[in-house]
Amino acid sequence: MSATTPSVFKRILPQLIILAVVLALNVIVFPGFLNIEVHNGRIFGNLIDVLNRGAPVALLCIGMTLVIATRGIDLSVGAVMAIAGATAASLVSDGHHWTTSLLGALLVGSLCGLWNGFLVAVLRIQPIVATLVLMVAGRGIAQLITEGTILTFIDPGLIRLGAGTIIGIPTPILIWIALGAGAILAVRRTALGMLIEAIGINEASSRLAGINSRVLLICVYAMTGLCAALAGVIVAADIKGADANNAGLWLELDAILAVVIGGNSLLGGRFSILASLLGALIIQSVNSLILLSGMPPEFNLIIKSVLILCILVIQSPKVGHLIYMLRASSLHVPPPEPPSRRVLTPKEDAQ
Amino acid sequence: MIRSTHLPLLVTLLTFVLAYALCAAQYPAMLSTRVIANLLTDNAFLGIVAVGMTFVILSGGIDLSVGSVIAFTGVFLAVILRETSIHPLTAFVLVLVLTTAFGAAMGAVIHYLEMPPFIVTLAGMFFARGAAYVLSTDSVPIEHEFYDFLQSLYYKAPGGGRFRLIGAVMLLAFVAGGLVLHRTRLGQNVYALGGGVATARLMGVPLARTTVSIYAISGGLAGLAGIVFSLYTSAGYSLATVGVELDAIAAVVIGGTLLSGGYGFVAGTFFGILIMGLIQTYIVFDGTLSSWWTKIVIGALLFAFILLQKGLTWATTSRKRVRTGSATPS
Repeated sequence: MSATTPSVFKRILPQLIILAVVLALNVIVFPGFLNIEVHNGRIFGNLIDVLNRGAPVALLCIGMTLVIATRGIDLSVGAVMAIAGATAASLVSDGHHWTTSLLGALLVGSLCGLWNGFLVAVLRIQPIVATLVLMVAGRGIAQLITEGTILTFIDPGLIRLGAGTIIGIPTPILIWIALGAGAILAVRRTALGMLIEAIGINEASSRLAGINSRVLLICVYAMTGLCAALAGVIVAADIKGADANNAGLWLELDAILAVVIGGNSLLGGRFSILASLLGALIIQSVNSLILLSGMPPEFNLIIKSVLILCILVIQSPKVGHLIYMLRASSLHVPPPEPPSRRVLTPKEDAQ
Repeated sequence: MIRSTHLPLLVTLLTFVLAYALCAAQYPAMLSTRVIANLLTDNAFLGIVAVGMTFVILSGGIDLSVGSVIAFTGVFLAVILRETSIHPLTAFVLVLVLTTAFGAAMGAVIHYLEMPPFIVTLAGMFFARGAAYVLSTDSVPIEHEFYDFLQSLYYKAPGGGRFRLIGAVMLLAFVAGGLVLHRTRLGQNVYALGGGVATARLMGVPLARTTVSIYAISGGLAGLAGIVFSLYTSAGYSLATVGVELDAIAAVVIGGTLLSGGYGFVAGTFFGILIMGLIQTYIVFDGTLSSWWTKIVIGALLFAFILLQKGLTWATTSRKRVRTGSATPS
């Protein structure tokens, strides 16, 4: 542990700095931002709100990080959220116990993930296309379950998952932290993380090295489906109803964004779930910053897109190379001969 | 002898003819010119966007921003016609220049910063939608005699079908798209880029110019689709056309274009659009089916066509694979 702690810290340092800057901006526009109070045995505060409202994206980005690490992508998570929420709501309003409904929703979510995994790993369809099928059809299926209405429910057990508290802390926070910690332990304390990275770097050679990439890929997509289902149940429980049209709408994009802000390459390979979770918190802090600063919410999307662009430019390999060159020339070291008519980088070669 | 490269296109065409025949057998009124005219009018904006999307997908990229660009165009036109007294034609030119430049800027970012098109156009999608919100969050009606004039242009076919101007614009976009792809150097470069960036560079394809042009074309066509959409609805609304990019991508895939790029035809996209329109028309005719079946059927069709493409690629490469073992290039 002592050997890995500094390297983990170094890995998540950029995300921590960005998060600190965004939180500091929050404090500037709203000085009471960091206040945390306890009312009726429940803690309140803007910081808690960021953690709580960020729960769906945080849950999604756990699975999304793993999928992106295998050089895939899952566009269907938003639709799977809608399906899972609809399943839970319809089961609970049919009189089933809330635990049965939760398990049913998780099962359906995992099945959706298995379907995606089957398309990607067995039929060998590009991930972006394979998951597009469920993204398009998924909301239709969710509407089929709710029969086109917003299915409301009053079961206190299910509602507690989204709006309740355990020892004063909102349940969604505990759920995503627990799942995130579990996932990080699973991939870093076992060889699982390394195997996933191997698939992302080069699937053919990972298979030749003896990794059962097919099974592992299916498991990764199933895990993403499970995370999405959990997020869907939380969102449904929060509003005490399943909205097939709007539950999880565009959240797949937020989840992918969180993974990208977390510094994970969309081309697969090395990944950090912790950094992705920080990315999810950054997104939620930006949302809260825009709300608290009293700017018209119309600007929300523009600010978000400019932010994405800035982060992407910083992470771009070209810009990194440029900074390297500038630094090299300022140190009076003869800059390395610019490759005449660029030699293929590994990235382009792989394409 | 049918060339295997034309097979997906043929399958799309056959699917459409078969589906139309089945629909017509059940509801003979489906054959009326009214239905055909409405099929063209209702899907005009989607068709125009899908032409641009075909270019992007053929080159191996993707453009998620088009739905937002359509909404932005509509709001921009509505607001500018309400606030100023400039002629709609000037506004059209202005908005086309804006959207084309927007697409070109995204293409430049994709090429020069070597970033994945997926994430760049995602940022573009947020930006365009945000710009539409900033202009107006309400639905702004468009009232201008020039709009009334454009909307009154139609050819009334025997049987009562009205072939409107916007349907013709869509057909024109498809013809122009096909000509550019198959008769110009730019079109050849698009196919080359989709076949592989490394090979395209070695062949001497101007990568920067081609990439920027492709996304500029997609942005410009999304602008044109926005104009058509504002003619169709007589209003601009910043929440309109959410998810149109997905419909466009679905139409392109159903039309037989490979999502990995390098293979496909604009004509296929046209029939993809018609098939999707037909599903909606059938649901309207049936009256008992709920609207969500549209999504499920389109998803199923998408899956069927992806499987078909997979089968074809597998059939053509399986002989080679036997020698190299199980390792398939990803």
